[in-house]
Amino acid sequence: MEAFLHQVMAGLATGGIYASLALALVMIYQATHLVNFAQGELAMFSTYIAWSLINAGMPYWPAFLLTVGISFLLGVLIERIIIRPVENAPVLGVVTVFIALLVILNSVTGWIYTYTIKSFPSPFPKEMSLGKYMSPHELGAIGITLLVLAALYVFFRFTPLGLAMRAAAQNPVSSRLVGIRVGWMLALGWGLAAAVGAVAGMMVAPIVYLDPNMMGGILLYAFAAALVGGIDSPMGAVVGGFVVGVLENVLGAFVIGNELKLSVALVLIIGVLLVKPSGFFGKVHVSRV
Amino acid sequence: MLLEVKNLNAGYGQTRVLHGMDFAIEKGSITALLGANGAGKTTTLRALCAMVKTQGEVHFDGQRIDTRSTEDIVRLGVAHVPDGRGTFLNLSTEENLRLGAYTRRDRKAVDADLERVFGYFPRLRERRGQQAGTLSGGEQQMLAVSRALMLSPKLMLLDEPSFGLAPMLVKELFSILRDIREREGVSMMLVEQNAAMALDLADHAYLIETGRVVLSGTADTLKRDDSVRKAYLGY
Repeated sequence: MEAFLHQVMAGLATGGIYASLALALVMIYQATHLVNFAQGELAMFSTYIAWSLINAGMPYWPAFLLTVGISFLLGVLIERIIIRPVENAPVLGVVTVFIALLVILNSVTGWIYTYTIKSFPSPFPKEMSLGKYMSPHELGAIGITLLVLAALYVFFRFTPLGLAMRAAAQNPVSSRLVGIRVGWMLALGWGLAAAVGAVAGMMVAPIVYLDPNMMGGILLYAFAAALVGGIDSPMGAVVGGFVVGVLENVLGAFVIGNELKLSVALVLIIGVLLVKPSGFFGKVHVSRV
Repeated sequence: MLLEVKNLNAGYGQTRVLHGMDFAIEKGSITALLGANGAGKTTTLRALCAMVKTQGEVHFDGQRIDTRSTEDIVRLGVAHVPDGRGTFLNLSTEENLRLGAYTRRDRKAVDADLERVFGYFPRLRERRGQQAGTLSGGEQQMLAVSRALMLSPKLMLLDEPSFGLAPMLVKELFSILRDIREREGVSMMLVEQNAAMALDLADHAYLIETGRVVLSGTADTLKRDDSVRKAYLGY
């Protein structure tokens, strides 16, 4: 029983990270109806920025905040410079750009930092008294994740800019008619998604270690999380993240073994698409004929 | 003149819809734009706020606006009630209204305006927190007019506000529009299929056919014009 609880708790911790990344995916999806395959590599790149800053002697939290800021700008720039020109291109074209971005970010990082695995520090203390089922880092990661989610919720729900971003995502024409600069809202969405991804990257790096391929599996879990929750539902992405995290850990530990863990994500993706394509919180699209 | 349009051309892709339109809107007046289906009424309104490609000159409130973007024209005080109502379906009624005031920086006045709009359309107050997509067609039309009002505009462009409404509701809406003009001094350009109602409300009117102005004058003149009577008023 104790071992089981331990796995559930660890699952919640990684689940929070999947939830963040899934949320980043959903944010882009809501605005563009496309899945940004480069979201994970963007997060990985951000984590390397944090690593550089910390290695240069900056304390953890300032480096953390600066990384989030840089990632936000990076997201905005990528939207403005790379995505904007293909805005009206066919879906396959844009997806190709996303995949190109994935490969480029991965290779550039490998080129700059080499493919050697690096350790990434955790900001949380090593020993803690209540850490029977959970390591301090896992507990801290959940806390940070919940903080980010709460901040995003407040931003989208209660600020005029958040409202404008939601409006721009669902009805660009009407949004222009009330004066919202829709193009900039998209860029802002990319910035926010990149910032959220950066937090996820920095929280997961102490667990999986830092290397240019670290986000490959995590993006897959995040994708599964977003699909389980419904790709157009932010709430669903968060719940899906925790569900996938726990399932992955528990099944990996007791049923199928660690080697096959990643296939849990794939089975979930296929299962959801077959049985309930809109996910558990997503909107079912009905069209009149 | 609040709005002056000279030799306005517009179209979609290769298809030209407007062929050199000239018209003007007086400050504080309601101007009706009449015409058959496909005459270019909706396109005219879209051209005014740069939603289609245009050529020609549009002056609004002393500034040339035909070279500006939709978002900037809104900031000058032009509110467009689009055809199809343009509701943000997944947002609440109140959020829809607040979006109308998105470009305004006077927060307190916006809150007061929200109350004023609820005064014109009490139904919207009842539906305040409700998802706008669940409102009836009539309520969504009221919402569209209200969203435009929230800009505190100088000019409102109304694209067939009577479309799909029951006759009772149309009457109610038009009397509210009259109220709004009187109390807020908002100028309006009204595109309508329902020519009789439009001419009752309007001060001036333009009749367009295949993208050209063919007749213009005071609403009373047009009402008495034989060809208008036969073709658009039906008696």
